[in-house]
Amino acid sequence: MSGTRLYKNAINIGGALIFGLLLSIFITLFVNSLPSIRKYGFDFITSSIWDPVFEKFGAFPFILGTILTSFISLIISIPFSLSVSLFVAEYYENTFFSKIFETLVDLLAGIPSVIYGLWGFFYVTPIVRNIQIKFSVPPTGVSILAASLILSIMIIPYASSIAKEVIKLVPIDLKEAGYSLGATRYEIIKNVIFPYAKSGIFAGILLSLGRALGETMAVTMVIGNSIQLPKNIFQPGNTIASIIANEFTEAVGELHLSALIELGLILFLITLIINLFANFIIKKQELGI
Amino acid sequence: MIKKILLVIGLIFAAVRLNAQTELIGAGASFPYPLYSKMFDEYYKIYSVKVNYQSIGSGGGIRQLKAKTVDFGASDAILNDEQLKEFDGEILHIPICLGVVVITYNLDVTHRINFTPDLIADIFLGKITKWNDERIKKVNPKLSLPDLPITVVRRADGSGTTFVFTDYLCKVSSEWKEKVGTGTSVNWPVGIGGKGNEGVAGLVKQTKGAIGYVELTYALQNKLPYGVIRNKSGYFINPTVESVSEAGNVKLPDDMRISITDTESKTGYPISAFTYILVYSDLSKANDKMNYEKAKTLANLLWWMTHEGQKYTKPLDYAPLSKEAQKSAEKLLKKLNFDGKILLK
Repeated sequence: MSGTRLYKNAINIGGALIFGLLLSIFITLFVNSLPSIRKYGFDFITSSIWDPVFEKFGAFPFILGTILTSFISLIISIPFSLSVSLFVAEYYENTFFSKIFETLVDLLAGIPSVIYGLWGFFYVTPIVRNIQIKFSVPPTGVSILAASLILSIMIIPYASSIAKEVIKLVPIDLKEAGYSLGATRYEIIKNVIFPYAKSGIFAGILLSLGRALGETMAVTMVIGNSIQLPKNIFQPGNTIASIIANEFTEAVGELHLSALIELGLILFLITLIINLFANFIIKKQELGI
Repeated sequence: MIKKILLVIGLIFAAVRLNAQTELIGAGASFPYPLYSKMFDEYYKIYSVKVNYQSIGSGGGIRQLKAKTVDFGASDAILNDEQLKEFDGEILHIPICLGVVVITYNLDVTHRINFTPDLIADIFLGKITKWNDERIKKVNPKLSLPDLPITVVRRADGSGTTFVFTDYLCKVSSEWKEKVGTGTSVNWPVGIGGKGNEGVAGLVKQTKGAIGYVELTYALQNKLPYGVIRNKSGYFINPTVESVSEAGNVKLPDDMRISITDTESKTGYPISAFTYILVYSDLSKANDKMNYEKAKTLANLLWWMTHEGQKYTKPLDYAPLSKEAQKSAEKLLKKLNFDGKILLK
């Protein structure tokens, strides 16, 4: 009896702590960004001038850069992460080969982001430079495109590992029923596996989006850190996470610091909104089944 | 058994207390970090005073000093009057060495490229966009400059290097002063940003026709090409440890809060600056843990750094203080006190 109670209490306290922590992060960010919120108000989000010397701060280029890199990388990574998860969970389930492949893909998640950054800097940016020359835009190499490419590789394991688990969970009876009706493998995947596993697959994709939104080091090394508004994805840009990492240590002025913290608050809110939206979609789909 | 454990615990506490008495804590600029860690290591060997220095950046160093969590701060930038008012007491800028910024580029040329101040300003303003521009050709008659677009590379992270460089540009170009200004991070009109010296150097190395600025130390150790710059007196000066020390050999104000970019010195290299250690002149105000003994230790350390310690600058490619600067540092150090009691005679 007392063991049960102890256990329950421990869980309650743990849960409350996590919630309290989240709340206190939000409050800290909010309180510290008050000077900037008071001074710039809503203009902070829409203005695209970032001038620490004359203390004019507008976050639009960074918000745009964050959203662009995250969604482009998501679009690039989805086909790969889906095929990886189908490969290991459906086509070659429990074979020696798929075990090795699974480990390798999971290993992608364990590589420190600075190594992705270095690799991207020396290997991906020259490729992007060649593309830029073909499109006759300034061949800077570092650009939103380069950052998106690196990010897309980084987030594949996040989406694929969850997708593969839910694909494995699809009841064998359902699949066998499909086969007995003469369905091909493609039809089974399309009409049985995807409908059954879609909320899980979607959750995995959103987890990877969360990772892409917050990635700092690798992006900073290949995005070009330009504070101007990018006109297309071949131009250098900047993300919220990388401008914070770049300017925080040497930010002397109170407003500069406060503006950087407000950027953190915005990133926090973007992540929160996306997660809430994801929960909403998953709930809706579950009800649909 | 219990006695033994107590003894061990007692010893640990004793060790911690012993350490606490001789350990100084500092935080700030990352640019002089290699030099400081060498100096502090040598100082520990001689006087067994431990100095714990965290290179968290000048901005962080200034904040920590204000928050009274460190014994001294370090900064590449000078605090302005407004910033100084925010402190609970007078802050001294003790010069330790000089930081130098060089212009590096990626271009196949036979000689070093000559730059005039207005050329540098106009390139970084985005007004000169090709290497074979007439104005570049004019000061480099011997070089065959290619028809290549100039890609400007600058620091993406806030840094003392950027502060020194933009401070120089402000002095030589009124347009720069009006549009961009001086700061550790500024609103760059053109260019791409690299993180740290290595980020800028990496981007320059990769991009044909790129131009950027890095610290001299970094350029020398990585064998990067760098340009020769015309100073205020009209001479083209090669950045060397000597020409930089010379830049600081000018008439200096008592508080040492001076920018020596675009120096008056005839043989001085124009883009350099002092890097400082920041301390409260009344060290009793530094933090709660400060006491007379500790204050005395800190004063001795600073004296050593500006005198005997200077011999560690050149091997690490930092420029030592000139005679003039050393004298000013001495004057400042003699103002150090603990609640009114002067620490150095």
